[in-house]
Amino acid sequence: MLEKALQGNSRYWGWLGFLVLVIAVCGGFWTFQLQKGLTITGMSRDVSWGFYIAQLTYLVGVAASGVMVVLPYYFHHYQKFKKMVILGEFMAIGAVLMCMLFVVVDLGQPQRMINIILHPTPNSILFWDMLVLNGYLFLNLLVGWVTLQSERMHVHPPKWIYFFVYLSIIWAFSIHTVTAFLYQGLPGRHYFLTAIMAARFLSSAFCAGPAILLLIAFALKRVAGFDPGREAIRSLAKIITYAMCVNVFFFLLEVFTAFYSNIPGHMAPLKYLFVGMQGKTNMVPWMWTFAVLAILSIILLVPPKLRDNPKLLPWSLAILILATWIDKGLGLLIGGFSVTPFETITEYVPTFPELMISLGVYATGALVITILFKVAVGIRRENLDLKAE
Amino acid sequence: MNKSRRNFLKLAGGAAAGLCFGSAGVALASEGAHRGPYVEESPKAFTAKRWAMVVDTRKLKTAEDIQPLVDACHSVHNVPDIPTKQDIKWIWSDTYEHGFPTTENNHLSEDVEHRAFALLCNHCENPPCVRVCPTQATFQRPDGIVMMDFHRCIGCRYCMAGCPFGARSFNFQDPRPFIKKENPEFPTRMRGVVEKCTFCSERLDNGQMPACVEASKGAVLFGDLTDKDSEVRKALRENFTIRRKPSLGTEPGVYYII
Repeated sequence: MLEKALQGNSRYWGWLGFLVLVIAVCGGFWTFQLQKGLTITGMSRDVSWGFYIAQLTYLVGVAASGVMVVLPYYFHHYQKFKKMVILGEFMAIGAVLMCMLFVVVDLGQPQRMINIILHPTPNSILFWDMLVLNGYLFLNLLVGWVTLQSERMHVHPPKWIYFFVYLSIIWAFSIHTVTAFLYQGLPGRHYFLTAIMAARFLSSAFCAGPAILLLIAFALKRVAGFDPGREAIRSLAKIITYAMCVNVFFFLLEVFTAFYSNIPGHMAPLKYLFVGMQGKTNMVPWMWTFAVLAILSIILLVPPKLRDNPKLLPWSLAILILATWIDKGLGLLIGGFSVTPFETITEYVPTFPELMISLGVYATGALVITILFKVAVGIRRENLDLKAE
Repeated sequence: MNKSRRNFLKLAGGAAAGLCFGSAGVALASEGAHRGPYVEESPKAFTAKRWAMVVDTRKLKTAEDIQPLVDACHSVHNVPDIPTKQDIKWIWSDTYEHGFPTTENNHLSEDVEHRAFALLCNHCENPPCVRVCPTQATFQRPDGIVMMDFHRCIGCRYCMAGCPFGARSFNFQDPRPFIKKENPEFPTRMRGVVEKCTFCSERLDNGQMPACVEASKGAVLFGDLTDKDSEVRKALRENFTIRRKPSLGTEPGVYYII
């Protein structure tokens, strides 16, 4: 089926060429980091995880979110999502790959990475994260490929694949739960030490991920004439809206617990993020942007009239994606680490090389997703052409 | 004839299998006997069931008092002096407010308020750093010392996220240019690995007290917490001591006499 990725117009090849160029330039920055070490990043003794791990966290959510189209289709036989399912699975593949790359670029000694497998350590959540991410990658590759192959051959997918389909649905929840466990089991990091962390992760994933998927679907409609269908878009938008409301609700639960209990350690990260502490206010404009955009996205998504407006919906989704990214891709990690174990504030700002390396990882993900989507759309079109004949 | 040949083959096969299993058993047994440290313990080594430290903050009152301990530790262990936020430190001095943030008190006695505290790895009984490390590069010895294997560490820095005491440092860059005078007795580190205080396990093996204990001229005590006649137990019995963040349940092994 991969041959479909080799047939494209000049716009397709131009886009691929552009991505490869970006990857090459950013790869240069990565070799620079490999030579100098992580000193070229903005991380420090206090803020020992930064932009890379934050992106990993966000993208695990994106990967898991494919389940929001897969689950209704397979568990509830919601046929309207038929066209979207393969996109959800293929986007998950790209997202998991990016997650893994973000771990690799974050390691101080990446050439020793295999030590995680050579010395398996079940008490480390990172060990489990490695397992579930690899498992999820495998499951989506298998399920996506086999179902698409069957579609091409005009046969029903083999029965055995359903075992892996159902497994992948449950697995999707596990990857983001385990990623939350990376954080929420750490003593002495107030912002992370909360039982609702995994639930927050899942809710933000289930709004942001499908929103990204819908935006890509809109783009596909323009460049490849791929239409997911009006009903599918409406249903997915509804799912996104619910998830975003739950996400904001969960965040407010954190705010209540911290401020009503009035425990200084619990309030400190939120105070630092939203009003600044000890004169350190780097994150304040970001977090208020998050707050405003989150509310705005809910205002634009809850009323059916606005949500079902096809002109407005892409904007509402973009606003939602930006809001959730600031919350999870910036605030969560920086808020957790900037308040140090000494209850001092150490600020963190990613450096230019750090951002370039991250861009390189995103470009790699975009390349993989483009190729996979090209295959999926190519097969669909082939079938349509056959029908037309 | 045929039958007897079969019997013979059976017998021979059985014997061969028995030999295999037998020798495997011997191999396994000898493997078991060889488990543990490859190097024989020196007869002069200091040993304990649970090493612990007691810092007498009445004697070590200021940053200047603590500086000789820092110098001793950092020079013995080739700890680089990096003047940025990506610095490395095994032991350092800080205020009561920073060292004991949850036990802050209003109108603290001026003496304690301005006192400096020597902070270092607590060698916790339930170390979160060991719990989170994905490669067992950081591990706990039977005597309670939390150690680092610099050659196994992949530099994921999960242990730094896990440590509630900020005791760990990461080599963001090659530390060697920042070492003033290299001690050939102790390894230098490469970039990309985490390091921290080791309670001077290498000195204990040699029958020497930790470098900071030696440099403190009696203000820092070191000994076996399980031995009720040890110096540390005596000090704990006779003085009011506190530990850092005891509510987290990590059971720090460093005590401070107030």
